[in-house]
Amino acid sequence: MSRRSLASTAALAVLALVALLTQVPAAGQTPSGASKPTATGKPWTPPRTTDGRPDLQGIWTDNTVTPFQRPQQLGTKEFYTDQEFAELSQRARQGDVGEEGNLGAANPQEVRYDLELYGFDRTKVRFGSNKRTSLIVGPEGVVPPILPEARQRNADRVARNKGHEFDSHENRPLSERCILLNQERVPLIPGANEGNLIQIVQGPGYVTLLRETNHSTRVIPTDGRPHVPQNIRLYQGDSVGRWEGNTLVVDTTNFTSLSAFQGSGERLHLVERFTRAADDTLIYQFTVEDPTTWAKSWSAEIPWTKTRGPVYEWACHEGNNMISNILRGARVAEQEAAQKRER
Amino acid sequence: MRKWLSDSSILGATAAVGLVLAATLAAAQAPAYRAPRTADGRPNLNGIWQALNTAHWDLQGHAAAKGPVPSLGAVFSVPPGLGVVEGDEIPYLPAAAAKKKENQANWTTLDPEVKCYLPGVPRATYLPYPFQIVQSQQNILISYEYAAAVRVINMGTPTKAPGDSWMGWSNGRWDGDTLVVDVTSLDERTWFDRAGNFHSDALHVVERYTPRSADTLNYEVTIEDPKVFSRPWKISMPLYRRVERNAKLLEYRCVEFAEELLYGPLRKKSSN
Repeated sequence: MSRRSLASTAALAVLALVALLTQVPAAGQTPSGASKPTATGKPWTPPRTTDGRPDLQGIWTDNTVTPFQRPQQLGTKEFYTDQEFAELSQRARQGDVGEEGNLGAANPQEVRYDLELYGFDRTKVRFGSNKRTSLIVGPEGVVPPILPEARQRNADRVARNKGHEFDSHENRPLSERCILLNQERVPLIPGANEGNLIQIVQGPGYVTLLRETNHSTRVIPTDGRPHVPQNIRLYQGDSVGRWEGNTLVVDTTNFTSLSAFQGSGERLHLVERFTRAADDTLIYQFTVEDPTTWAKSWSAEIPWTKTRGPVYEWACHEGNNMISNILRGARVAEQEAAQKRER
Repeated sequence: MRKWLSDSSILGATAAVGLVLAATLAAAQAPAYRAPRTADGRPNLNGIWQALNTAHWDLQGHAAAKGPVPSLGAVFSVPPGLGVVEGDEIPYLPAAAAKKKENQANWTTLDPEVKCYLPGVPRATYLPYPFQIVQSQQNILISYEYAAAVRVINMGTPTKAPGDSWMGWSNGRWDGDTLVVDVTSLDERTWFDRAGNFHSDALHVVERYTPRSADTLNYEVTIEDPKVFSRPWKISMPLYRRVERNAKLLEYRCVEFAEELLYGPLRKKSSN
């Protein structure tokens, strides 16, 4: 109980901070779809950097309430019609939405915090501008079933920690320890209404992606170099990029067994594609494969919207009282239990 | 007479040496070097850079010393260095000088680097890890290997910090070939080195990055903090390009190396 409330208090504090620091998208902006003609009727041409590369720079938000996986009742339906999309958006803003919308912090709270103060009010929730029913694309719209050996591997890991969850910091999740917050994981998955800012800065031969969450920075070379040797394992993997037309393609391997994504193992292979579709829209797509986890690869697409900055510093570890409080709470609980037994 | 002659020839020789030395120094201070340009015509500072000195141990000159962990012997002892402070004096106010001494005496328990906290500026630059400058027209991003620290230097109209932060708020401009970065709103909890040199929340840092050859920059910093120092003071050092063909920043997420120190005492006792 005390552990739970401590953790949730800390989580709420983080949430509130994030909310304070997160700018809402420029008012009245309606994200446009991929490469549609501009108001003047001329086709939109993506801007270039001074050295001639597609210019992806700016501050983007991937904030969306489109669910990661498609709700079962929608079957193989990949897209909403314009009318359905308008109606769904309307309902979501009134809080009248089920699995079709992941309202996150804009969900009605059991304990009423005034989240509207931080821009979390439901009137601002937005579904992905591509009108998709889920972030995962394709007829299934869900993560493929996990292979039996992967299920066993993941179950074994959980079992090893069972009964030891509060023994030490090593038994706690990476996110709680500020080593790797969930939104720093790659691929880049929107958080439920928080920490959605990404700043892109390009220099000659490099693209940098700065995710505001935990000042997480990926410096991606685009000079055709190979991956680092296989024995070097990295939480965010090793990323190398290349340009294909107007698209930045980033290939990432060398993950650790701890940076699992949706139940994957360290053989996770990720390909991300970044394509600017309009002045205010960037389409982020990714495909993941891991022969030790899924029988086939699967893909997702998330439209990003240009927003105002700035991106602020998100220092997690420096103020991490959560871990000490959780462990201290566990030690006190053990002490009390021991005293009870003695009586 | 003979004595006078020899004295005067010594004087002459000394003067000659002095002249040569002065000329050499002048050449070193005002290099004719002109940095290569980026596509938009700015001096090109892109690359992976690293300091090669002992400033991270102590900004001031220091002899070699025994390290804090006896079991690590010579592997983790303090290497000697001539220092990087102009005049080798840090002008502490009296109370601050006492605090610096105390910091130094309790280094391993007080230094934010030991805990893997964000390093602040200028310490991030001369920690013994590489950092990468990625230069665009609007911003210059610096990614540091240590603790995944990062700064985005605004090269447009200067903006004001919304609040203090560990890495501060950076506004940059070009002064000829030199990138000048004005850094304010730095969190008071960062230090300058492992010798306990510190500052307050009134710290104001001005950095100057000047290309001095294809693979070296000169890094000069003016440090001002009226709550701690009686006058502004300067440090300077060269920064070297990591010229390896495969040079790349890797993850140094040191949180996990500091956890035992920070949370180890809260570990469940094995007897329980």
